[in-house]
Amino acid sequence: MSEAILDQVTQGEYKYGFTSDIETDIIPIGLSEDVVRLISAKKNEPEWMLEFRLKAYRYWLTLEMPTWAHLNIPEIDYQSIAYYAAPRKNTPKNLDEVDPELLKTFEKLGIPLHERMALSGIAVDAVLDSVSVKTTFKESLNEMGIIFCSFSDAVEHHPDLVQKYLASVVPYTDNFFATLNSAVFSDGSFVYIPKGVRCPMELSTYFRINAINTGQFERTLIIADEDSYVSYLEGCTAPMRDENQLHAAIVEIVVMKNAQVKYSTVQNWYPGDKNGKGGIFNFVTKRGICKGENSKISWTQVETGSAITWKYPSCILLGDNSSAEFYSVAVTNNHQQADTGTKMLHIGKNTRSHILSKGISAGQGQNSYRGLVKINKNAENSRNYSQCDSLLLGDKCGAHTFPYMEVSNDSSIVEHEATTSKINEDQIFYCNQRGISTEDAVGLIVNGYAKEVLNQLPMEFAVEAQKLLQVTLEGSVG
Amino acid sequence: MLEIKNLHANINGKEILKGLDLIVRPGEIHAIMGPNGAGKSTLASVLSGNQAFEVTKGKVTFYDKNLLDMSPEDRSREGIFLSFQYPVEIPGVSMVNFMRTALNEHRKYNKLEPMSATDFLRTMREKKELVEMDSNLANRSVNEGFSGGEKKKNEIFQMAMLDPRLAILDETDSGLDIDALRIVANGVNKLKRSDNATILITHYQRLLDYIVPDFVHVLYDGRIVKTGGKELALELEDKGYDWIKKEVDGE
Repeated sequence: MSEAILDQVTQGEYKYGFTSDIETDIIPIGLSEDVVRLISAKKNEPEWMLEFRLKAYRYWLTLEMPTWAHLNIPEIDYQSIAYYAAPRKNTPKNLDEVDPELLKTFEKLGIPLHERMALSGIAVDAVLDSVSVKTTFKESLNEMGIIFCSFSDAVEHHPDLVQKYLASVVPYTDNFFATLNSAVFSDGSFVYIPKGVRCPMELSTYFRINAINTGQFERTLIIADEDSYVSYLEGCTAPMRDENQLHAAIVEIVVMKNAQVKYSTVQNWYPGDKNGKGGIFNFVTKRGICKGENSKISWTQVETGSAITWKYPSCILLGDNSSAEFYSVAVTNNHQQADTGTKMLHIGKNTRSHILSKGISAGQGQNSYRGLVKINKNAENSRNYSQCDSLLLGDKCGAHTFPYMEVSNDSSIVEHEATTSKINEDQIFYCNQRGISTEDAVGLIVNGYAKEVLNQLPMEFAVEAQKLLQVTLEGSVG
Repeated sequence: MLEIKNLHANINGKEILKGLDLIVRPGEIHAIMGPNGAGKSTLASVLSGNQAFEVTKGKVTFYDKNLLDMSPEDRSREGIFLSFQYPVEIPGVSMVNFMRTALNEHRKYNKLEPMSATDFLRTMREKKELVEMDSNLANRSVNEGFSGGEKKKNEIFQMAMLDPRLAILDETDSGLDIDALRIVANGVNKLKRSDNATILITHYQRLLDYIVPDFVHVLYDGRIVKTGGKELALELEDKGYDWIKKEVDGE
């Protein structure tokens, strides 16, 4: 019975796989110093920005792709990728000037690009391929002193802030993919919340890769000044393509005294087909710093897409009494692979971190949790609690846990708990006997398992994420 | 409503039911008793469609439909309810969510609109009282951390919510103290109508003090070997099963 059940739930189709017929300004494939200069020139960047890119590019040439993750990564030819693609009709002044095809794309994705969607209380920055297309609510946020704009706009209009904080959390030398991103990143979102301001709405970025043979390298920078608060959500989709596409993003978060940033991701990049053909390679560096006392960062991620995910949203707990949370659900189905987790670096005194990771493997998916909790000598009385759970559907998938802990003082407490379970047939039969089909039963059970994490998401997205989990696992049990 | 003819069923190649016959009509309560290993729980599993069991011979019709061709979920939607002997825990799935999903599946099957949230919550409140369930039980995950008694009450609560045409209670009395037994039995009695029926599977006569059966059947070695009225249960309580075994084996 279970074999058949499992086959059924693992055979869901990707529902965001349409392509849009949009005129695209795309540069030839390949990477060189000239390409880096070309990207910078296309974006009319100031000299300091170009210098930063070139420094990163030259450093990147000295690096090799990391191989320590529990992933089987096919060789990537970095010269066969186009590093910049933009819808041709760019920089619209208002919605009427936005390419109607593009609006249709975002409508299909269900993104409220129109401000008439104000009721939903979400401000959206939509990034298609490489370029930020439209930021909604910009004006109303401006009145509160909140800056929410594309990264390019920030470079142009807020150069001081960008220069001060760019690469302050993820230096251009950080790792292979972060260095690559620093050289060729095309756009992304920028957020600044001034002192004492509580951002009244969710800020959201929607990323979509559309053009063929392109990589997407976006960069997000969020700064929360003292006593401020913001909740930020990122969503991603891509069309179905036979070849693999590269996504290497950076997210940096800086949180000052008494401020709080909540960052949520629903990642649904194209995972490839049932046989493992195509799909996005998702190599992302996300890191935040709790700079001031009592500051807080909370990462929540629901990772259902991508052929390969390599991602460790991390926190540097520098300020005394600062705290950090990491909530994660990662699903691997068919031939998907994920190596994901977090790093919590405790530097300040009385710092606290909480890690809750829920892995779900189905089909032939491989799912790894990799986490580091490091407590420095001076981080007295610090605490960490980590819980890593794995749920297996079927007997061809794998779940792995790689927890690392380094504790350098004796007043701190670190705890780690891990469990592995299988969806059991008695649970499914119990649901069947109450009139619930096997597929719905798996959806219920998986969502129940992931509930503690889903509860961390803003409400609208929690509902979307629930559906996504069910769709992702459709056909994997039956 | 239910007609079982010459039913044979195996688990892991071992034959457990060996030609079982039973007819249940609306409004009736049937008690099935018998020694350990006679096949009582197997009967419940086969009727509800548990695929661990293989039906090798025989026929089961439910309101003239071939029950054995139906998926377990369709049997449920047709109105067959099994109160499990060992209800499973489903962590993270709230009773509210679970019950609403189940109830709306039943409604969809019967071409009815899903029940509104208000109506649903009101129904839940009403049915909860029937089994004197602690009100916050419903907000907890399905059976998670429930005591043995709470789990059994929860089964009867679900039965009340789904309003089945045929309820099969598999050893619902096992592990219950006398108060919980009384509550569970009261619940079952209140749900009894002239258009529904109940099969009680039990070891002990004790439950039948509270729920009075119209028929008592003795299941032994995969077949029903004796049928009588409620007084048969008392006789069994008094004399045990040995005399029946002797009667049958001596045939």
